[in-house]
Amino acid sequence: MKDVELKMLERAKALLESGEVARVIGWKKGDFCYDPSPASFETVEELNGFVYDWFCGANLSKYLIEMSKKEGKTAVFLKPCDTYSFNQLVKEHRIKRENVHVIAVECLAKLDIEKIKAKGVSMVTGVEVIGKEVKVTTAYGEETLKKPEVILTKCETCQKTHQVKDEEIILHDRPERDVDRFAEVAKLEAMTADERFAFWREQLSKCIRCNACRNVCPACSCVKCVFDNPASGIAAKANDDKFEEQLFHIIRAFHVAGRCTDCGECSRVCPQNIPLHLLNRKFIKDIDGLYGEYQAGETADGKTPLTSYAEADAEPNDVMKGEAK
Amino acid sequence: MFKIAKERLNELYAKINGQMGLFIPVKKAGEVNYEVWREGKEVSLETLKTVKSPKNMFFPQTENMMKFKTEGKNLEIIDVRGEKRPFVLFGVKACDYKAIEVLDKVFLADPVDTYYQSRRNATTIVTLACSKPEESCFCSVFGIDATAPQGDVTTWLDGENLYWQANTEKGETLTALVKDLFAEGGEAEVEAQQTATKTIIDSLPFANLDLSKFKPENLNELFNAAEWQEMSEACLGCGTCTFVCPTCQCFDIRDFKTNEGVIRYRCWDSCMYSDFTLMAHGNSRTTQMQRFRQRFMHKLVYYPSQNDGLYSCVGCGRCVNKCPQRLNIVKVIKTLGGKDND
Amino acid sequence: MTKETLIPKIGVVTDIRKDTPDVKTFRVVGTDGKKLFQHMPGQCAMVSIPGVGECMFSITSSPTNEEYMEFSIKKCGCVTEVIHALEVGAQITVRGPYGKNFPVEEDFKGKDLLFIAGGIGLAPLRSVINYVRHYRSNYGKVVIVYGARSKDDLVDIEEIQTEWMNEPNMEVYLTIDRPQEGWDGHVGFVPAYVKELGLDPNMTAVLCGPPIMIKFTLAGLLELGFEKSRVYTTLELRMKCGVGKCGRCNVGDKFVCKDGPVFRMTELDELPDEY
Repeated sequence: MKDVELKMLERAKALLESGEVARVIGWKKGDFCYDPSPASFETVEELNGFVYDWFCGANLSKYLIEMSKKEGKTAVFLKPCDTYSFNQLVKEHRIKRENVHVIAVECLAKLDIEKIKAKGVSMVTGVEVIGKEVKVTTAYGEETLKKPEVILTKCETCQKTHQVKDEEIILHDRPERDVDRFAEVAKLEAMTADERFAFWREQLSKCIRCNACRNVCPACSCVKCVFDNPASGIAAKANDDKFEEQLFHIIRAFHVAGRCTDCGECSRVCPQNIPLHLLNRKFIKDIDGLYGEYQAGETADGKTPLTSYAEADAEPNDVMKGEAK
Repeated sequence: MFKIAKERLNELYAKINGQMGLFIPVKKAGEVNYEVWREGKEVSLETLKTVKSPKNMFFPQTENMMKFKTEGKNLEIIDVRGEKRPFVLFGVKACDYKAIEVLDKVFLADPVDTYYQSRRNATTIVTLACSKPEESCFCSVFGIDATAPQGDVTTWLDGENLYWQANTEKGETLTALVKDLFAEGGEAEVEAQQTATKTIIDSLPFANLDLSKFKPENLNELFNAAEWQEMSEACLGCGTCTFVCPTCQCFDIRDFKTNEGVIRYRCWDSCMYSDFTLMAHGNSRTTQMQRFRQRFMHKLVYYPSQNDGLYSCVGCGRCVNKCPQRLNIVKVIKTLGGKDND
Repeated sequence: MTKETLIPKIGVVTDIRKDTPDVKTFRVVGTDGKKLFQHMPGQCAMVSIPGVGECMFSITSSPTNEEYMEFSIKKCGCVTEVIHALEVGAQITVRGPYGKNFPVEEDFKGKDLLFIAGGIGLAPLRSVINYVRHYRSNYGKVVIVYGARSKDDLVDIEEIQTEWMNEPNMEVYLTIDRPQEGWDGHVGFVPAYVKELGLDPNMTAVLCGPPIMIKFTLAGLLELGFEKSRVYTTLELRMKCGVGKCGRCNVGDKFVCKDGPVFRMTELDELPDEY
């Protein structure tokens, strides 16, 4: 990973020095080895804090909504999954494509510090990834963990590849993986309605109304969210453990249906670790089944299943009952 | 000092629960938060940081305040509060206990907030000393001793036992109720644990944060610091930090129409939200930088200025762990707090 | 103040006066027909229409009025819109009084007073002016400069013309922004008018109006030689609780609801620029 970081840094420097771009969006070092923050760098000096490591899981695409409005070009480092969000935002006219220079960077999955800590490993001072193992250095010594057990949930089923790039920095091949991203959804579908209700009720009752899922979501790019409308008669920040009050998440899933690229940021940021991505994935699975396979964000143009009509379109009700297709 | 074997703790919970309500850290769907205890729930005293702090025991995230009934032109106001049943808040860590003191200064200051007060008065707080602080902890910076929390009762937990020491009259009353489950002793074990824990606390990475710059007289200089822009750049404007924070106390008051009249409730609010200061003719904080700055200035400068220098941060480190983009109060302290942070 | 500070009292609207196209003045008493509570000039109250919302308004009437309270309210948001649709006899809720008042019993005593208001900014000043009129001998000369967009936007014009203008040792200067048929008075913005009038800088001044008016008027006063420590204003920010607990109306370490809304200009100078 260090070699990739060096290469990225080199490009960032060159782009800023030549004046080709006015700023670079990447990540900056935190206090620990595992807490980098998204950041913009406008000078070579600022790049002192630049970092690209196993914990740079944040999707930077949404920041480009504001950044691409600024004077001068913005360079951005995008991981494979981030490029889908980028394309989708370009498609929705949220990002000015011509103002952005996309540098595709490799990603061999990112680590989740919460999962590492949940293994009883604390005071982490460094990590090294060797194949399928993660060597964690701590104040108390070294621990070796299995990488698949400590990567971000969103990375567990990721098979995404860069969909957009103006240049790329890819130094290592990503091993082929055979994973079914709908396996968890299928499990939920196999439940009885009561079991499923109980599952979501237990999960959603943890919600603290922080809106992190919405605010991080690249598909939630409304200037003013419907849930923030003071005249709506509801306050999204008031939590009530009655189930209907938790419809927030279900309504949000409907709002982003057909546009959600499955970037998984919603689940990454949830302070209560609610598997919100499963709601979106259920929609994706259903859309695939009803209208043929579709991946939002694969392109920045073209028709989308929920916004175009064909006479041969399935009737959702019939499909649900198993009477069509 | 008393002690009770760890495997008998369920008996203790049941006994308390028979007399009054019991709120305790419980694991549900993978996460630990304070909840009403019931037989069969998975209590997790060992969890260092519950996701939400125990503040919602006194200051619930949503609370009905009153009801309005209209008949013709006549309006009637009904106070919807019932008698507060006494309850025990069990397992409160030193930082969270200190946070209650911070909240008290807001809600119990004249004019007293009676909603908060009635819950507060009905509560006996049993604190639990920390034995495994982690790298995001920095309570010692605020003068808090995690190995000897205050409270009506202080407890310590090791591999074998829970040790129990009453500190107040309320604590003695509770002790009398459950005393038959206890054996005497534990002083040596507690002392050994405290010594070991203190060594860890002293070596924590944030143990020496420098707060010297955060003084009322530096208010304007800090407010005008150029660094806020960069520090807040990645902020999503979500409310995670405020809602997991044990000292954040901002609230909103709203009305909700029901078939049986209008309910006026209050709910937690977040200064990070874009509509926090929005009013009909404008908004005094229109950028995320201003909102971000407000939150940290409140904790580190405004609140201390109003409360004899007491900071409204207790170093629990929840924001360090939970901010989606890894922004937090430690980064602010390191950037603006004083030269010893370099 | 009531013991239950967040639980309001019920108020009955006994009179509604339409002052301007978008300002109405509401007279309010308790259900027993008596005044709801005592206050001092400059203090505010939370008025609400249950189901719609609660808003902070300054109490426009003078404390010396023993019978009722008045609120002059401009229609500008969702709550005020509903308030404007009220009819006489309607019941609303009121709680208060909140905040610090003008120092009418301290710093203002024995002084010559200058009141400068723009538009609905007269509302909080009306309470002080009528208080001063009631205890006339306690104060020196009074000068009032009041401006609005048009003659139709001058709040309380009847009281101004019939009472204030006839009060001994009290000068009233009115101005409107643009010339208008039927108006033979002064035309021009308040800040410019204040400078034109060449007022005595030894007066104690009170300003209330839109932020832009306050900014330019203050600059004008300073040019005339007024001292900032003798210039007062009253602020408005988003409020919910009224008692310094809900955490939203602060400017620096001061809460507008509790430490304000009345501030000396010298106090505001010490606060960060965020209001």
